[in-house]
Amino acid sequence: MKKQTIFDRLRRWDESEFDLTDALPLEEPVRRIEPDLDRDALPPIPRLEHGGVRTFRRLYPWMAGLLALVLVGFLLLAVLELPAFGSADAPAHNEVMARYVGQGTEETGAVNTVAGVILDYRAFDTLGESHVLFTAAAAVLILLLTATHVQEEPRRIRDIMERDPILRNTAKVLTPVILLFGFYVILNGHLGPGGGFAGGAIVGSGLILCAIAFGFERLERLLNYKSYCRILVCCLGFYSLAKCYSFYCGANGLETIFSAGTPGRILSAGLILPLNVAVGLVVGCTMYGFYAVFQRGRI
Amino acid sequence: MLLALWDHRIQAAAVLLFAVGFVTLLLHRNLLKKIIGLNIMDTAAYLFLTSVGYIAGRKPPIITGGDRDPASYVNPLPAGLVLTGIVVSVSVTALMLALTIRLYRRYHTLDLDQIYQMALGEQEEGK
Amino acid sequence: MTGMELFQLMLLGLLVVCGISACLTKNLLVSLIIFMAYSVIMSVVWVLLQAPDLAITEAAVGAGISSILLFITLKKLRDMRREVRDEETDDL
Repeated sequence: MKKQTIFDRLRRWDESEFDLTDALPLEEPVRRIEPDLDRDALPPIPRLEHGGVRTFRRLYPWMAGLLALVLVGFLLLAVLELPAFGSADAPAHNEVMARYVGQGTEETGAVNTVAGVILDYRAFDTLGESHVLFTAAAAVLILLLTATHVQEEPRRIRDIMERDPILRNTAKVLTPVILLFGFYVILNGHLGPGGGFAGGAIVGSGLILCAIAFGFERLERLLNYKSYCRILVCCLGFYSLAKCYSFYCGANGLETIFSAGTPGRILSAGLILPLNVAVGLVVGCTMYGFYAVFQRGRI
Repeated sequence: MLLALWDHRIQAAAVLLFAVGFVTLLLHRNLLKKIIGLNIMDTAAYLFLTSVGYIAGRKPPIITGGDRDPASYVNPLPAGLVLTGIVVSVSVTALMLALTIRLYRRYHTLDLDQIYQMALGEQEEGK
Repeated sequence: MTGMELFQLMLLGLLVVCGISACLTKNLLVSLIIFMAYSVIMSVVWVLLQAPDLAITEAAVGAGISSILLFITLKKLRDMRREVRDEETDDL
């Protein structure tokens, strides 16, 4: 009997919940957990077609269109009341913006003010957002992992993909460039446009291209389920610990060991560079994980 | 009226896009189309937020060349907020697509009305 | 009206047209491709709005990852339909 993981337990729960059969022994490969629904055997449903419901159905498109029109009318009226597009004296441009732009570079050390805002002044937002991404990845994994009879890609399709010379050669040329550009965007997050999210997404799409062209087996040497979990947990933990430290120091007026440095240098801006790397790794791994789970039911 | 619309052109376009996504969400019965409509609504909201931060004739908020005057850069705050939103919207999209795959595997259709009817039928059968 | 404003107006018109046609197209694959074009146009609009961070993120996330996920879902649903050989529901 092998050890039960959380996913095995979830799979059992899933069966008992939706399939109403006894839990299958886990050693057997599970083929098609959910049965085909026999649609002819279902009783006809009279409830939806009775008088009131029928008029509701006929009226529904018109009511929906009317609702949308009324909504657009009110929104446009509201928009016309706003300060004009591009005006400098709108109330959104208040002292917060002056502080962020005027003193952000000295306080955070980041040349790119947006990076300074999201990773220093408002780092709590970004932490929550990384957790949203992590939770979504876990939910997708649960939804698709329990349901699939863990299936390999059909052999035929994979052969076609592996023999395709255009795809393979293009991927051979493009993958290193895409990955290099992704890492450049991550590492330059505090100096120019980009940062952890954009760079992570670029790295993720490079990995996806690699997986399409060369198959998952090659990529598994670099990134399998175990290393995926490790990278995610390490990055999120590092992010939380680093921000705890900087919040503690900031609240108590202590000197942090991460100084702002000289703005414009690659090794500057204190915590922003390592946080960017952590966010970028999380985003890249999650994007590749989404693709792998959608494509073949596991990472 | 037209002049006022011209002054608010980006916001007006964002409202139109929002309406397009909203109508799709309400009227289309196909689940994938509904997801596309929701994505269009998302981007419309982000476009609106970004247009609030724009100030005509100023530079993007990347402080180079020693110019630290706040009066020469656009507002960085909406850009930071929207950046957070974009990544959340892609995770929501992935979750919705996973749910769509599960529904299709069970009911073999993408039509929400049919799925609803079959689910009701299953419920009656179970009673 | 300067050239830049004209360009901006053209992009906004394209945006609305892409949004409407992505929703009205019958074929799902065509609609996904139009949605991808919509994301790219949106990232150009953000460059014009002086938000390069958003533009690069939207180009990578909206036009890249979201579209890839939608395409894979469509492919998976078609595979499943081929398995089932269900003659009803030709909504794919």
